[in-house]
Amino acid sequence: MNRSQHILGSGLVFAVGIWVAWVSYTQAPAEAFLFPRLIASVFVVLAGWTFGKAVLGLSKVGSGISRSMFISMVPGLVVMAVYVFWAAKALGFYTATAIAFFILLSLYDPAPHSEGKTWAKRALITAIFVAVMYGLFAKLLSVYTPREILF
Amino acid sequence: MDFIFYFGDVFSPLSFLLLLGGTIGGLILGATPGLSPTMAVALLIPFTFHLEAVQGLILLGAAYTSTVAGGAVSAILLKIPGAPANIATTLDGHKMAKQGQGAKALQLSFLASAVGGIFGVLLLIFLTPVLAQWALAFGPSHLFWLAILGVTVIGSLDSASVVKGLLSGCIGLWLATIGFDDIMGAQRFIFHPSLGGGINIIAALIGLFAIPQVLTMFAKGRRAQGAEVIEVQKHSVLDATKELLRRPRALGIGTITGSIIGLIPGVGGQIAGLVAYDQTKKFSSEKEKFGQGHSEGVIAAESANNAMVGPSLVPLLTLSIPGSPTAAVLLGGLLIHGIFPGSDLFDNHPDVAWTFINSMLVGQVLMCLFGLYVAGLAARVAQVPQSVMAAIVLALSVFGAYSVQSSMGDVYVMACLGIGMYFLERFGFSAAPLVLGLILGPIAESNFIQGGMIADATVGKASYFLSGGLNIFLIAVVVASIAYSAWMELRTRRHTTKEEAQA
Repeated sequence: MNRSQHILGSGLVFAVGIWVAWVSYTQAPAEAFLFPRLIASVFVVLAGWTFGKAVLGLSKVGSGISRSMFISMVPGLVVMAVYVFWAAKALGFYTATAIAFFILLSLYDPAPHSEGKTWAKRALITAIFVAVMYGLFAKLLSVYTPREILF
Repeated sequence: MDFIFYFGDVFSPLSFLLLLGGTIGGLILGATPGLSPTMAVALLIPFTFHLEAVQGLILLGAAYTSTVAGGAVSAILLKIPGAPANIATTLDGHKMAKQGQGAKALQLSFLASAVGGIFGVLLLIFLTPVLAQWALAFGPSHLFWLAILGVTVIGSLDSASVVKGLLSGCIGLWLATIGFDDIMGAQRFIFHPSLGGGINIIAALIGLFAIPQVLTMFAKGRRAQGAEVIEVQKHSVLDATKELLRRPRALGIGTITGSIIGLIPGVGGQIAGLVAYDQTKKFSSEKEKFGQGHSEGVIAAESANNAMVGPSLVPLLTLSIPGSPTAAVLLGGLLIHGIFPGSDLFDNHPDVAWTFINSMLVGQVLMCLFGLYVAGLAARVAQVPQSVMAAIVLALSVFGAYSVQSSMGDVYVMACLGIGMYFLERFGFSAAPLVLGLILGPIAESNFIQGGMIADATVGKASYFLSGGLNIFLIAVVVASIAYSAWMELRTRRHTTKEEAQA
């Protein structure tokens, strides 16, 4: 993994550590932050050590993210983010699940996109999966999920 | 011998049905590469909300036991270990399958798993009550150090980098403080409305174990599984049993090694399998056959990785300290039913404790019986494309996290933690100490505050937390585990540098 990735990762963790320490030592009442202060102190020291090693190019553990991995992952990550942070609530859990499931299948299924049979198979798998999820969660476990504008 | 009185409860219709379902489902899930036992158990927790505590635990325990054994199916037939615990099984198991002995390898793996598993659960049965009574002598300072010990041992032993492992534990301990402080009622680190009630452990567990796996599958792109299932020919179970009995050394070394390793917090089934394999090879008169499809390799690895399951629960059930990520998930399963492990569990809920432990004993037998029949189906399931698996796990995670408290906030927290954990893992951080920190954080904090109050009224904080035989012993173990791991890391690095220089 290249040095800049190490610096970026450990730098973010170090920044979080500093923020945690700052909040712990400045917020009141002090009694409520006694334990967080203890953790924050160790957190900052370890994060600082990790960041320092990254800056000096001594970080060895962690394989990082290659360009090809990142490119493969981004479409799935975007679908996941839209599904979790918007569609599930806005469209309804089952509709959003069906759409996200079908898109993810289409994005990552190694079968050729040019064949009609492939698309039919994907649609069938999606329909069966959503039906099973509905049976499990809505009927068996009686979980009332947001239905919103669709289902 | 209390456990005998609760044996009948395992066979009540619903409990037995759940045990059977958990075992068969676990075997199939275990065979699926990418679905680790911890992740399978985490995804099952939402299904236990509507069950009695004991029934929920039976389901989770059966899934835990059989996912470890089920991983052998894909290790033998596909050369893809279902879980890290099955890596050692691949070495000889797949070679046996290629030589037309797939059925024999599977039979040996399930029989050895059952023997190892039963021994491990018996150890759990006999050790747990003794240690649970011993735990009564623990005061707040000891419990504080035990919680810290749980995080540091896993942080140092489970991670490739000691500093990053301990840092992961610190992140977990910090995450556990988010929300309202129990004593003063003060808000801490609530930077988003979803965090008002703190981080829900179940949602966090699902996110931390399932989402990184989903993203890993995405990162592989449109790649076919590429593994071919080796067809298995019929083989007599009786012959396999005879073969197992002809190899008592491999079975004994595997079972004992697995049991001892299981008792040590932070050292998982992967280590148990590999150490048992290595030791059996050392003591074998047929050393040269190892790696060429030798039955002793399969027996040692599989008896070890299942023998560690029972003992790995001893620290959880006695001291409330989960010794492994899967034990941490099981702790989550206990807490949602308002049950705390330790002496309270055996004094106030003996039915829950003993029926759960007994079910693991019966589960080992069921796993052995059904494993042989489910193996073929499990191997087919293991070929399900990663795209389907990723989409299924993602949807189950979303529904599972939501169903905890019917809150979208939990779903957001689950996703954020999961995405964050994926990137942290890529930078060398580890999920296990983070989870342990998250779970043990409240135990550490409440005992730190309680101990602090006692100390202020008596001998002072420094003296209360840092003196006394048990405190010093626990601190010494914390320091020793960190020092040992740091030394091992330095040694490995020096060795690697030398090899690189020679190359």
